[in-house]
Amino acid sequence: MKFSVTVTLKKDVLDPQGKVVKNTLQNLGMSTLTNVRQGKYFEIEVNDDNEKVAEKKVDAMCKKLLVNLIIEDYKVDKI
Amino acid sequence: MNSSVVVFPGSNCDRDVAVALKKMQFKNTMVWHKETKLPKSDLIVIPGGFSYGDYLRSGAIAGKSLIIEEVIKAANDGCLVLGICNGFQILTETGLLKGVLLRNKNLKFINRNVNVKVINNETKFTNKYKKNQILNINIAHNEGNYFTNTAHLKELNNENLIAFKYCDQDGNIKESFNPNGSLENIAGIFNMKKNILGMMPHPERMVDSLISNGDGVSLFSSLLK
Repeated sequence: MKFSVTVTLKKDVLDPQGKVVKNTLQNLGMSTLTNVRQGKYFEIEVNDDNEKVAEKKVDAMCKKLLVNLIIEDYKVDKI
Repeated sequence: MNSSVVVFPGSNCDRDVAVALKKMQFKNTMVWHKETKLPKSDLIVIPGGFSYGDYLRSGAIAGKSLIIEEVIKAANDGCLVLGICNGFQILTETGLLKGVLLRNKNLKFINRNVNVKVINNETKFTNKYKKNQILNINIAHNEGNYFTNTAHLKELNNENLIAFKYCDQDGNIKESFNPNGSLENIAGIFNMKKNILGMMPHPERMVDSLISNGDGVSLFSSLLK
């Protein structure tokens, strides 16, 4: 079973990389661009048949290692 | 005093710390991260470097290594723990110190000597310094921008848990002398019990006046009983 995990910085945490990407895109002429936030994306495969069980495991992976909950939010989706 | 320096793949200040500790008469042991037992230690040092190539987040992988469980146990039993630079990042990832070290505000790796002010000199780590003493000390990091939540920041201030702050040469703590965007110019913090110190500056690089200065000496000599 395959899941995607998207990790993004929390709303009130400064994202200097996203800011630089935004400025560069604006310099490239993307004039309607208003904001860019940069994050991380994982594809995770687990050997479980039960979707709920598998999702719980992926959630635990996020909490234990993939995400720093002080500064980051995350979202798990089945793919 | 017995000390242990924990070594990860990618640590690169481990031997510098060992040299500093030996110079200060510590009996030091290097401990590889795969070991599951720590030698008897009065002080554990988590050195600087780029453990695991900073994969995922700086310090994230090292923070889950085998030996770290022993470090956490020892720290909870009151053992002194010093995390320098990447070591500070690792300590925040383990939860031994609260908060997080974000990417430098200017997105640049900064390697230069800066001034820091000793904010709390009444701890096992800083008792040989004078209060408000200004140290000229090297920083070399990409993620040194300390951030924490409002409640913890309040706790840091109320409980006197801030060890060092970035300042100008006269000791003024100003945003213009904040190299990395760190909250309130914080350069180093203690845990509640003050047996753990995490700091971005490198005291081990300042123990020999031939190559730098002696501003790091008092940190190590403070720890000697």
